[in-house]
Amino acid sequence: MSTATPRPAPELNPFDRPPLASRSAAAESASIGKTGLRFLLAVVTSLFMLLIVAMLIRSQYADWESLTEPWQPLAHPWSLWVNSALLLLASVALQWARSAARRQDQAAMVNRLALGGVLSCGFVAGQLWVWQLLHGQGFGVAGNPANSFFYLLTGLHGLHIVGGLLAWAKVLLAARYLNTAQLAARVELCATYWHYLLGVWLVLFALLTSSPQTFRSFASLCGF
Amino acid sequence: MAYAEDAEHQALHEPRSYWTRYIWSQDHKVIAIQYSLTAIVAGLVALVLSALMRMQIGFPGSLEFVDAEAYYQFMTMHGMIMVIYLLTALFLGGFGNYLIPLMVGARDMVFPYVNMLSYWTYLLSVIILLASFFVPGGPTGAGWTLYPPQAISQGTPGTDWGIVLMLVSLLVFIVAATMGGLNYVTTVLQARTHGMTLLRMPLTVWGIFSATILALLAFPALFVSGIMMLFDKVLGTSFFMPAMISMGQQLDHEGGSPILFQHLFWFFGHPEVYIVALPAFGLVSDIISVHARKNIFGYRMMVWAIIAIAVLSFVVWAHHMYVSGMNPYFGFFFATSTLIIAVPTALKVYNWVLTLWRGDVHLTVPMLFALAFILTFVTGGLTGLFLGNVIVDIPLSDTYFVVAHFHMVMGVAPILVVFGAIYHWYPKITGRMLNDTIGKLHFWITFIGTYLIYFPMHYLGFLGMPRRYYDYEGIAFIPQSAHDLNAFITVMALTVGLAQLLFVFNMFYSAFKGRPAEANPWHATSLEWLTPQTPPAHGNWGPSLPVVHRWAYDYSVPGWEQDYVPQTEPLRPGETEHTGIASDSSPLDSTDSSIAEGKP
Amino acid sequence: MAIAIALAIIAVASVLFHFWSPWQATPLASNWSAIDLTLTITLLVTGFFFVAITGFMAYAVYRFRHHAGNRAHYEPENKKLEWWLIGLTSIGIAAMLAPGLVVYDKFVHVPEDAYELEVVGQQWLWRYRFPGADGVLGTADVRHINSDNPLGINPDDPNGQDDILIESNDVHLPIDRAVKFLLRSRDVLHDFYVPHFRAKMDMVPGLVSYFWATPTRLGTFEILCAELCGVGHYNMRGNVIVDTEADFNDWLQQQPTFAQTLARKSSGGLVEQGRQLAQGNGCLACHSVDGSRGLAPTWLDLFGKTETIKDGSQVIVDAAYLKESIVAPAASIVQGYPPVMVAYNFSPEQLDALVAYIQSLRSDVPPASHPDQAGASSDRSPPAAESTDTSKTSTAAASAAADPVAEGRAIATAQGCLACHSLDGSRGVGPSWKGLYGATETLSDGSQVTVDTAYLKESITHPNAKVVEGYAAIMPAYALSDAQLEALIAFTRSLGEATQ
Repeated sequence: MSTATPRPAPELNPFDRPPLASRSAAAESASIGKTGLRFLLAVVTSLFMLLIVAMLIRSQYADWESLTEPWQPLAHPWSLWVNSALLLLASVALQWARSAARRQDQAAMVNRLALGGVLSCGFVAGQLWVWQLLHGQGFGVAGNPANSFFYLLTGLHGLHIVGGLLAWAKVLLAARYLNTAQLAARVELCATYWHYLLGVWLVLFALLTSSPQTFRSFASLCGF
Repeated sequence: MAYAEDAEHQALHEPRSYWTRYIWSQDHKVIAIQYSLTAIVAGLVALVLSALMRMQIGFPGSLEFVDAEAYYQFMTMHGMIMVIYLLTALFLGGFGNYLIPLMVGARDMVFPYVNMLSYWTYLLSVIILLASFFVPGGPTGAGWTLYPPQAISQGTPGTDWGIVLMLVSLLVFIVAATMGGLNYVTTVLQARTHGMTLLRMPLTVWGIFSATILALLAFPALFVSGIMMLFDKVLGTSFFMPAMISMGQQLDHEGGSPILFQHLFWFFGHPEVYIVALPAFGLVSDIISVHARKNIFGYRMMVWAIIAIAVLSFVVWAHHMYVSGMNPYFGFFFATSTLIIAVPTALKVYNWVLTLWRGDVHLTVPMLFALAFILTFVTGGLTGLFLGNVIVDIPLSDTYFVVAHFHMVMGVAPILVVFGAIYHWYPKITGRMLNDTIGKLHFWITFIGTYLIYFPMHYLGFLGMPRRYYDYEGIAFIPQSAHDLNAFITVMALTVGLAQLLFVFNMFYSAFKGRPAEANPWHATSLEWLTPQTPPAHGNWGPSLPVVHRWAYDYSVPGWEQDYVPQTEPLRPGETEHTGIASDSSPLDSTDSSIAEGKP
Repeated sequence: MAIAIALAIIAVASVLFHFWSPWQATPLASNWSAIDLTLTITLLVTGFFFVAITGFMAYAVYRFRHHAGNRAHYEPENKKLEWWLIGLTSIGIAAMLAPGLVVYDKFVHVPEDAYELEVVGQQWLWRYRFPGADGVLGTADVRHINSDNPLGINPDDPNGQDDILIESNDVHLPIDRAVKFLLRSRDVLHDFYVPHFRAKMDMVPGLVSYFWATPTRLGTFEILCAELCGVGHYNMRGNVIVDTEADFNDWLQQQPTFAQTLARKSSGGLVEQGRQLAQGNGCLACHSVDGSRGLAPTWLDLFGKTETIKDGSQVIVDAAYLKESIVAPAASIVQGYPPVMVAYNFSPEQLDALVAYIQSLRSDVPPASHPDQAGASSDRSPPAAESTDTSKTSTAAASAAADPVAEGRAIATAQGCLACHSLDGSRGVGPSWKGLYGATETLSDGSQVTVDTAYLKESITHPNAKVVEGYAAIMPAYALSDAQLEALIAFTRSLGEATQ
């Protein structure tokens, strides 16, 4: 810097927008969190998209035995409906927490956040129970590619929920040290993540329980 | 900016002890150095492996312990380490970590804790990978592409432990890369300082930023294929494993599709080429511009070219699979898309050489490496056109032409940039200059040596010599002269390999004994040279963040006495900014968080 | 300055190297001169850009290198120039792509009248099949593969019966006739690559890939595997011998059809079929037939015996139990044995044959067709001679039976031994067989062993028990009959014995 000309005090140049003086530090860090989360969700999307495409391709091979044929276990997947309901309720609870966040109601935020997490734990337990049921009926992971994909997709989705639960636990444990705005930002992120995973789950659920004909037409749509 | 306040008040705990300062550090600069040193150590292991392989190719049987099994294991580990654990980690984890916050004027990455976690996870993946040298059966010998069924069936070295460790290590690496990647993109989008619009960022940031987005979207494909193969291996599923006979036995698998793996692998694998190339493009653009004392020619075209390459890189993957047995009609589409990607790539080359035109070219060591990069990249890029054009690829694929091509374009070229970039930024990182004489010696041996290795190697490919052969004895169409050429290549390879010791020596020697560097030894304009301390202290900028008034390429601007104008220098009355794009009208700059709050 | 000179020299030297290089494509032996043409076009276009860019760079560095007092010209961009360059590049790209796609179109469209040749790859050898008189290849599937039917041809498909099998790495083709190469693999990926033909294609287990070419020159052209297929990849080689039409037909006449090979192999009754199944599927690697204890229970006197299962219950070994144990081995494992057996998918008939064979193994009834009774190679009981046929190449059966060395060579070729063991003393994946017999080798545990008949037999049936130092323990166990072993050893001995 020794050779640089003496620097005048920073002044605004016409290409800059005025600084948003009104933005608080918490709002700034919330927007950082949101951007990070959006990219994380893009990664998750890429992951599940690729798995779904792989499944569509693999389903067109002769040895695929759909789990949804009338005599197969997923013909009447009431257990999965129960789990879906749990995850849906979890998502609703988090949305509810989010509305509390907008009202700056810290106690309600914590309670509703906790409720959402507990419901999600129920979802994870429910998924494990479905695994047990299937396994008990002799549908092992290596029995058929349809089984393999079922376990792989539900497993990876479950792991994402568990990852969310870790973040959730961290927020809950830290809740009393956070101010309302900080907590609200975290609740916001949790809610977004949960809604997204609910969406992923609904897509997976629809796919895993659709008939071989549906697979056929999807696959031909994609050109396999 | 508010982030900065936040950082100052909450996040930037000044490290107090040796451990938090240098080991469990959350400072992006320390993490960058940790990443770089780990990657370089892994790279040196891979370099030794390549020397052992070359001994077998050039002088068959000369090393007793390099039998066919060991040869294939070395080949696999060499490739995987170089591509993933050296280049990807070094460009993103090393240069990305060091340069992004400094170049955009941030105090650190936006998620420093995750950043630290990323490094330790990466280190874990390297340890798992290298552990496979010590397990029963040794590392996998499946080739770095890990094609099933061969990767997990008998008859390939390391099918018991080696392949499992390899897959687990890759999965762990992907987690690390994702954690790092989220940091880099969010930092670029959210933590730029006051005035640092997207189109004022140095191309280094653009290159690393685009490469990171590629990595975030492409690594899931490797994750998916890795985890599915792990299922096939460990749980006996048949994602990729078809019905087959292994060692006289029908295996239990049936119906799986090996080609599905290849599609997934290359859907990752081709963007991976650009994950390595785009940061190299960015770094080399900045090095050329600084040392030619001239703005990078056609900055906006360069940015668009990076974006175009990044987007197109997702629709060219099957050019690695022209002879894979996939539907042959795919060849028409992928040949076309592949050759189209050559246009923006060529434009980048033109703009580099046009930057030299009417410049004031300082032939410093970093500049020498940058010029050598252009040559090797042109060679490797042009040979890529052979392999991208499906019908020309058919005789050449799986021959030494391919080996020569990708080593030129993805091995030598990025490594030359790595060297150039280290020579360029070393003064900022350590506060001392690298020794110039050793640097020049290192450059000339590396540059001429690698060219002599890889240019003639293309001709072994024209001849039809297949790659991945342990031994060529008894193949009638390969003349003795080809074996002699291989011996020559081996001698050159060993020479170049040994010359890298010069670099290692220089790095350590100069760190202690080097000439102390000024804050801005190359008289560059970008922010990383304007830190109050050299090396930059924790928090980078002292009490106040820098404020940016111009792009990063104001060199030799008419009307200014010195031949560079730092980015923090306000425009003079009547002066117009020469990127020609106001942040308000830029479609690329839709976020308002590029605004910093100025002095507190 | 030096760098400018270096760049200029590199540009010039690279071009000169291209013309002076002794390493150019092999002489073309197929119709694909168009591929060579597209390669030439690509070389011209890329060569132009290479010289232009490198030359320009060298000149720019030379001309504008730093001198004291120099100042760079200020020019942020030049849109017009950049668009011109983009246009020029696009023209160059199109000049390469368009002819390339036209030729590729020819490459993917096989002529109607192309002659079909099926190539089957396995680790690490080639086999071939021509359609027989009916001109149609029978269907095939990996599931049909056994030692009698190494190509997995569907035995029930009438089209397959007259298919002509070439159990050798070498194949003949007629000149000037378009050939569609249908490519299959029994195990991992391979790639059928004939450099002189320019074409190549991967072979993928589970599907049939293809390419076509017309051989245009008489002669022998090497086949290489061009896709990494395991540790013996580099030794997976063969030859295409391009003959005149007449020579080719003569040669083809001498090759056996699928029906003939089957008839030779399955002339025995149900017991004999079972024996062959057991052998072909490697059962005998673990189950002995002479009462000795192996990895799994011996089959001698097994039928009708009472065994104790892992859970302590008792079971009488009958047909039902045997069948269950084959298709679901883990269900009831005999106490004292590890649960290592994999499940086999045999047809009901095959299961019957296996059970019949196991039933026939009685110590009180000396079996007429017991393979282990065949004894030394000089003692050729009919079943032993038959069993050697099972792994025979094109060598005529009669001459093989008379000549153990030729028979051993045939077995070695068919089983793929030679992918790893050289015959000329060169080092491969496994020790060379030349001069092996009688030599003293150091084992991986440091002990010494003299290579004699007993050691060789053990090394074939239990390869990893005593591995020679410096070699990897990767050889699979081969379940060969004693007669086959004797033949192999005779062949090894014929390659020279070490003198003590």
